[in-house]
Amino acid sequence: MNADAPFAPWEDETATPLIEFSNVTKRFGTFTAIDDIDLKIYPQEFFALLGPSGCGKTTLMRMLGGFETVTDGRITIDGTDMNGIPPNKRAVNMMFQSYALFPHLTVAQNLAFGLKRSDMPKSEIDGRVEEMLRLVQLQKFASRKPHQMSGGQRQRVALARALAKAPKLLLLDEPLGALDKKLRQETQFELMDIQEKTGTTFVIVTHDQEEAMTVASRIAVMDHGKLKQVDTPDRIYEAPSSVYVADFIGDVNIIEGQVTQLAEDTAELSWGEGKPAIRGMAGENLSISTSGAFAVRPEKVAIFTEEPMDRHNRVSGIVEDIAYLGNMSTYYVRLESGALIKSQIANNRRISRRSITWGDTVWLSWTDTAGIVLAS
Amino acid sequence: MSLARRLLISVPYTWLLALFLVPFLIVLKISLSDYANSIPPYTPTLEVGEGWSGIKEFWSALDFENFVFLTEDALYIKAYWSSLKIAALATFFTLLIGFPFAYGIANAPQEWRPSLLMLIILPFWTSFLIRIYALIGIISNDGFLNQFLMWIGAISDPLVIMNTNLAVYIGIVYTYLPFMVLPIYATLEKLDSSLLEAAQDLGCTRISAFWSVTVHLSKPGVIAGCFLVFIPALGEFVIPSLLGGSRTLMIGKVLWEEFFSNRDWPLASAVAVILLLVLIIPIVLLQRNEQMQREQNK
Ligand SMILES: Nc1ncnc2c1ncn2[C@@H]1O[C@H](COP(=O)(O)OP(=O)(O)OP(=O)(O)O)[C@@H](O)[C@H]1O
Ligand SMILES: [Mg+2]
Repeated sequence: MNADAPFAPWEDETATPLIEFSNVTKRFGTFTAIDDIDLKIYPQEFFALLGPSGCGKTTLMRMLGGFETVTDGRITIDGTDMNGIPPNKRAVNMMFQSYALFPHLTVAQNLAFGLKRSDMPKSEIDGRVEEMLRLVQLQKFASRKPHQMSGGQRQRVALARALAKAPKLLLLDEPLGALDKKLRQETQFELMDIQEKTGTTFVIVTHDQEEAMTVASRIAVMDHGKLKQVDTPDRIYEAPSSVYVADFIGDVNIIEGQVTQLAEDTAELSWGEGKPAIRGMAGENLSISTSGAFAVRPEKVAIFTEEPMDRHNRVSGIVEDIAYLGNMSTYYVRLESGALIKSQIANNRRISRRSITWGDTVWLSWTDTAGIVLAS
Repeated sequence: MSLARRLLISVPYTWLLALFLVPFLIVLKISLSDYANSIPPYTPTLEVGEGWSGIKEFWSALDFENFVFLTEDALYIKAYWSSLKIAALATFFTLLIGFPFAYGIANAPQEWRPSLLMLIILPFWTSFLIRIYALIGIISNDGFLNQFLMWIGAISDPLVIMNTNLAVYIGIVYTYLPFMVLPIYATLEKLDSSLLEAAQDLGCTRISAFWSVTVHLSKPGVIAGCFLVFIPALGEFVIPSLLGGSRTLMIGKVLWEEFFSNRDWPLASAVAVILLLVLIIPIVLLQRNEQMQREQNK
């Protein structure tokens, strides 16, 4: 692979995936937790699983780790069918949601736990433990017990322990859930740094979409045991494949209507009597004369006091609320149709000089490529 | 400290003073006395009415004769030693049976656990003596066990269990099983199942994960259970005298015989004082174990 080319093995037909799910289904009794999933994850990826609570993220991870059996289908890691292979025989390590540090062992003993049970010679274990402690900057804490450490420190121990055996694949189940926002952001960068240094493939579960956007090379959005979309963070954000994904990731305005025009990559949606159709990019699986939905991000919606005659997409409404967020403001504009559209504007000017206030009639507008028309 | 608090704290101390320390001092005093054919059957008795000289006279009559005698007659040392052995072995058997019980209950479905625990505690609702007699009904030569085994043809002659050390072991294990099961259950129930998975994830087989996580982390419960069985078993008197044979030697039985058959209260008291001293060691160890456990749970 060319060193300068962006890291995108999923676009390369010849690349061999590290993990491959083929028609994988997992049922608990009659309940289907994972529903016929196909997925390829490539070496050195930082792959994020995102989805609402109960959608099957942990179950997917546990199947990779060997803690759940597959009901149907096949999972291969590095080309080997994982069916029936117990956790201790997999080159996979997991960082547990609860950290699962052994309370009766010190930090150093926790880190050495897996090494002692590997084929690493005894003489090298101490060195490796030392190296891991340095990696997560916990050298001073080697002889502490887990209960003598803070949540953030424990989390780093858990990470170091999972990395100690240099697994091919590291599974992280909501690793940063217990941390406050600042520590979380720091740790996110630390994780990315470690991932780059070690070259390990990471699969991370998170509830936090911002986190997924920050760390991941690709994101899988899940819902009810199905993969709704697997794509790079920017594609997930800019070109969601469904209203569900658009709605799940970030803030979005949705306008429902009928697909009236469809070209190769643009589409139009009529959404109200006598209103000009909205133009946007064409989403996947779109067909003409069916109902659809137009999705546009608030920061792509501009706000005007006069009708912007030169723009194709323009709607008018009344300012209902303004949320001042410091670096930006969100305007909530109620359209005649009753829909509420958000427009997010960077606060480049001082508040006193803002010209729009509550109750004003304003025009909202966006470019032809700002939003996307999706099948609904 | 406020008066109210002082008063509150003084309640348990008064309780201990009245019900432990005072009786112990009385027993200690009797153990230093001599046997006398009178009522009470020892001498001297404290004559407070005679004032200072009475106390002095009383004090000078106390001696360690009985303790010396205990070391001279091999019976007593043997009895202590044999009690220690029987109590230790019985504790081991109780652990062997109690651990799987506790493990099974801790891993049973949540909604079953209270009922299963109830079944463990249920025998306590019957008098201890009645349970021992019921046990006799089962293990005696013409008891249910032998009848059943002969009926299915497994044996032709009844097994002799009654009046042997084996019967004593069965009695202790049966009686004290809940004391073993409950503390072990308490530690196992708290055990985070993800620890077991983490151990497997890091290269343990199921069995070695069980060993290095479950067994290790249930240690405080195991230790507590062992002491809770060992301490009362050591001084046990009812079980060896009802189930054991004439050759079953336990200090509790010796104590009883000294008191009631020989009416030698001073010697019996000396036996009791030594027994208490022997027991103090495991009691202190038990307390230290609990202290450690509390610190780890902080
Ligand atoms: N052992 C089990 N037995 C029965 N149902 C289960 C079991 N484990 C998980 N489930 C069900 O499978 C579904 C998916 O669970 P899973 O733990 O994978 O969700 P998740 O996406 O990780 O959710 P969260 O974000 O809340 O952690 C849930 O509806 C859950 O109730
Ligand atoms: Mg989960």
